[in-house]
Amino acid sequence: MWGEHIERLKMRTVPIEKVEQEAEDVKTFVFIDEACLSAKPGQYIMVWAPGVDEIPMSLSIINRGGFSAVTIRKVGEATEALHKKERGDLIGVRGPFGNGFEPVKGRCLLVGGGTGVAALAPLAEELLSRESEICFILGGRSRNLLIFLNRLQTLLSGRGELLVTTDDGSYGLQCLASEGTKRIMEEKPFDVVYTCGPEPMMLEVFKKAERHGIPVQASLERLFKCAVGLCGSCAIGEFRVCVDGPIFNSKQLRSIAEEFGKTRLDASGRRIKVDK
Amino acid sequence: MLSAGILGITAPLLKRVYEGGAGAVVTKSIGPKPRPGHPNPTVVALEYGLLNAMGLPNPGADGFSEELRSLKGLAVPVVASIFGERVEDYVEVAGKLSDAGAVAIEINCSCPTVREIGLLGQDPDMIEDVTRAVKRSVDIPVFTKLTPNVADVAEMAEAAKRGGADGVTAVNTLKAMAVDIESCRPVLANTTGGLSGPALKPVALRCVWEIAESVDIPIIGCGGVSDWRDAVEFLLCGASAVQMGTAIMHRGVDIFSSIASGVEAYLRRKGFRSVKEVVGRAHRTA
Repeated sequence: MWGEHIERLKMRTVPIEKVEQEAEDVKTFVFIDEACLSAKPGQYIMVWAPGVDEIPMSLSIINRGGFSAVTIRKVGEATEALHKKERGDLIGVRGPFGNGFEPVKGRCLLVGGGTGVAALAPLAEELLSRESEICFILGGRSRNLLIFLNRLQTLLSGRGELLVTTDDGSYGLQCLASEGTKRIMEEKPFDVVYTCGPEPMMLEVFKKAERHGIPVQASLERLFKCAVGLCGSCAIGEFRVCVDGPIFNSKQLRSIAEEFGKTRLDASGRRIKVDK
Repeated sequence: MLSAGILGITAPLLKRVYEGGAGAVVTKSIGPKPRPGHPNPTVVALEYGLLNAMGLPNPGADGFSEELRSLKGLAVPVVASIFGERVEDYVEVAGKLSDAGAVAIEINCSCPTVREIGLLGQDPDMIEDVTRAVKRSVDIPVFTKLTPNVADVAEMAEAAKRGGADGVTAVNTLKAMAVDIESCRPVLANTTGGLSGPALKPVALRCVWEIAESVDIPIIGCGGVSDWRDAVEFLLCGASAVQMGTAIMHRGVDIFSSIASGVEAYLRRKGFRSVKEVVGRAHRTA
């Protein structure tokens, strides 16, 4: 029992193979790691910037010719330290952790905002390999902050629909991704909605899907410390986001309605408001 | 029982673990004020255990009292784990959490991840003082949790008994560390932390054994319990109850009911009429 999945749980220190600039403040860090090759879309790893901090990141590339990657926006101390890293520098990885998305064969709507797109891109690849129909809404504040535009255009060309929204109208439709979701749901039927991005956006997407009776799988984020279901720092309702999630279905989202999009725990375990 | 430091930070999680079959649940250690704990990495998974240096993150006695009150009417037996830097801190926190509905107090004077707290549990006079002060301030049972990081754990149990403890929990984690050979630095942000899980079990069993040999006080065994056999081993060495935490990492929160039914089946198979017949039984044959 003990030791069965231990390699996945242990920290592996690996060199960065490649760094790609995705947007002004977003970079993708490519690395090689055995355990990450068999990850499911939506699973995450803990990324260690040695000597600085360790943070959870969805895998944005899963086994592309043996490579995996995380895509990171510069928002704080840990991400700044990671952004300074170059090819050959070391990072620590633990995982993959969490449940991952459940692929559905049918008409799939994917709604990604900001770096949330990182978790959805590998899912889109997986869904296409299962011959699902995809409509992907890619949202960002403005054109220079959109990530994976080229990757998604290439992926979905002739095989799916891509709808881009920007808050300032500098590219695609000028509206929030959740507004784009509302419009497309009124036009077409879907069997499932996958979403990852800012929590207020996901809450809006969830509400709209509920109105249309479409099941949702949403990727939530909370403060992760242990990532193995022990410390409780990522609690939401009776769930631990780190192992019971990070993907939550509609039934679960209904049961945590008091907290989803509203409150989270800070590092000390006090309830605070979710960032707008 | 669910051990301290694991999941017991919100009411819904405490309830979930209780419903998963735990006889009682111990909260994360609560101090007088909110405390964010140490930065990450805070855990390191090992072949036969887990290292952690959470650094006692907690929302403070006032914040956590609200959380506890939300369990009122649900009959979840909550043992409040408490810590502080001074004896007065322990008394203050014990009072608040007792008022909020805790059924017992567990004094954490032995956390190896925070220096000031860890040292307290290595001094028998301090253990006695803090136990006595807390015991006098509340009307509910008081357990003192002991550290294995001492030369003579029985001496610490004796001190807790002198202070009036209703029982001792043995043991807390063992001070330890991990180093990464690629980046050539310690992994834990706090450098050192506490070792739990199967690697700790033989040490914890020995501590329970030594306490049972020389001190007449109820013992709650803790350290590396992963299945019902481990639980029985603790009972045989002298524990009247067992706690577990790290095993949830591999076996989930349902582990509690499977351990309880495993121990029951063992009792039946061996012809024991109750757990009492097993507690300390190995001492009679040693």
